[in-house]
Amino acid sequence: MSDKPVRGSLIGDGLAQVGALALFLLQVLAALPRSLRHFTETIRQIFFVGAMSLIIIMTCGLFIGLVLGLQLYEVLSRFGSTASVGTVVAIALYRELGPVVTALLFAGRAGTSITAEIGLMRATDQLAAMEMMAVDPLAYVVAPRFLAGIIAMPLLASIFNALAIFGAHLVAVSWLGLDNGTFWSNMTGAVDVWTDVMNGVWKSAVFGGVVTLVATFQGYSTAPTSEGVAYATTRTVVYSSILTLAIDFLMTAFLM
Amino acid sequence: MNADSASSTDALVRIRGLRTRLGAKVIFDGVDLDIPRGRITAIMGPSGTGKTTLLRHMTGQLVPDAGEIVVDGQNLAQLDRNGLFDLRERIGYLFQNSALLTDFSVFENVAFPLRQHARLPEELIRNIVLLKLQAVGLRGAADLMPAELSGGMARRVALARAIVRDPMLLIYDEPFVGLDPIALNQVLKLIRVLNATLGLTSIVVAHELSAVSRVADQIYLIAAGKIAAHGQPQELVRGETDWTRQFFGGEADGPVPFHYPARDYAADLGFTKGRA
Ligand SMILES: Nc1ncnc2c1ncn2[C@@H]1O[C@H](COP(=O)(O)OP(=O)(O)OP(=O)(O)O)[C@@H](O)[C@H]1O
Ligand SMILES: [Mg+2]
Repeated sequence: MSDKPVRGSLIGDGLAQVGALALFLLQVLAALPRSLRHFTETIRQIFFVGAMSLIIIMTCGLFIGLVLGLQLYEVLSRFGSTASVGTVVAIALYRELGPVVTALLFAGRAGTSITAEIGLMRATDQLAAMEMMAVDPLAYVVAPRFLAGIIAMPLLASIFNALAIFGAHLVAVSWLGLDNGTFWSNMTGAVDVWTDVMNGVWKSAVFGGVVTLVATFQGYSTAPTSEGVAYATTRTVVYSSILTLAIDFLMTAFLM
Repeated sequence: MNADSASSTDALVRIRGLRTRLGAKVIFDGVDLDIPRGRITAIMGPSGTGKTTLLRHMTGQLVPDAGEIVVDGQNLAQLDRNGLFDLRERIGYLFQNSALLTDFSVFENVAFPLRQHARLPEELIRNIVLLKLQAVGLRGAADLMPAELSGGMARRVALARAIVRDPMLLIYDEPFVGLDPIALNQVLKLIRVLNATLGLTSIVVAHELSAVSRVADQIYLIAAGKIAAHGQPQELVRGETDWTRQFFGGEADGPVPFHYPARDYAADLGFTKGRA
């Protein structure tokens, strides 16, 4: 891979990137069985990416819940249906907002640091050193992070949802005076575990894979310089956000 | 320079007709070289001549444009990834920039190859690692993190990691850089002792002629993409060819260019010919 950014058409570049990413995905999938030998490494990474993103995801979840509660209460009161605030908040969160916003936050928090970490390992020959010790960096470094993303994201999204529902409850019930029983009973009555909750879980698992795949790919194939690592980190946020939103649309349109 | 067939049969590493180009630069232009078993071979040459690249070729990290590389009877071009990894398990490699894993302590860095490839009881791993760290004088530093080491200490830890599995081939890329005279002596002794007692083969890339001539059985001098000279240290130091006279005498003028290929100096500075 050359150090200089290749100048070409935007579409051509984009397609080349997607192709390279798809090839990388195949290599990572092939390395997955071998990476199970290093399963403690996967556990460590789950803890690492999860703990790293927890605070930001909880904070943002709370605020999004507060805002959702306010806006929806105001809008629904025009139709005299404030009783369904809880329902709408929960469905919006489980189906869309939870997985998507968590993925975007995850990309900014955990994705960037995965890219920087692996990029630095590339720049300081640590990946080459592993290869020379007959350890495959795809199995030892990349695959555990990829798995960790897939496992950690649904958990993070659930925490995000919980905090957001708590925030909406705070606004609608504690502040604006909606009846507590109405809030919960309407929500539990209308939200379906399989079509709403599990949809969100699948989505967030896929997004977790997408974000960590992009992050590890950018780190793995970075130009081995500080500038190269900086660019790669930026690209991680940009590409994983775009991919997350695009895949979200496709999954919603065709699978759910 | 072609080695005679008698020595090439017992070469651990045999390279024939190596050609490599990196970017626009020709790095190797027909290199033949033999690393005899059980000996210490030094590879010397001006900075940027491709010594590290040569080591990367020998270990399959970089595929040359042309040429044949045979290591321990195996042609690298015909090895798949598993075959290459099997081979590398028997090679210890000291990187030019140490390349310690920054996440792990000194102890875990040295233990890493053991943990990855052998299921050994923890106590045995501990003993082996401490033994190797003792050999490089850093047993007391076992709990430090790589960021807490000086450059010279990092090199010695990397050296301990390279020898931890008692490989058949040890490759040192500039092992003497950043070592004080005491550590240098210890490392020199270590290289000699390892080679003698374990019966392994060593390749040392280094610039320090005095150090090299104390350990090496033979020296290859690489310059301008070719083997410029080959022989025992005493022979080469006598400086019978232009190449060796210049290189070992440290002179700027001679066949070995000190300058990286460049445009005309005057033109580069903005003076055109004909104007004062
Ligand atoms: N990726 C690359 N692309 C283009 N040229 C490269 C690349 N890597 C190395 N080179 C060139 O290859 C040449 C040989 O590099 P190498 O690192 O093998 O030198 P060396 O002999 O080990 O030098 P030193 O003694 O300074 O370590 C250098 O001139 C360098 O400019
Ligand atoms: Mg070098």
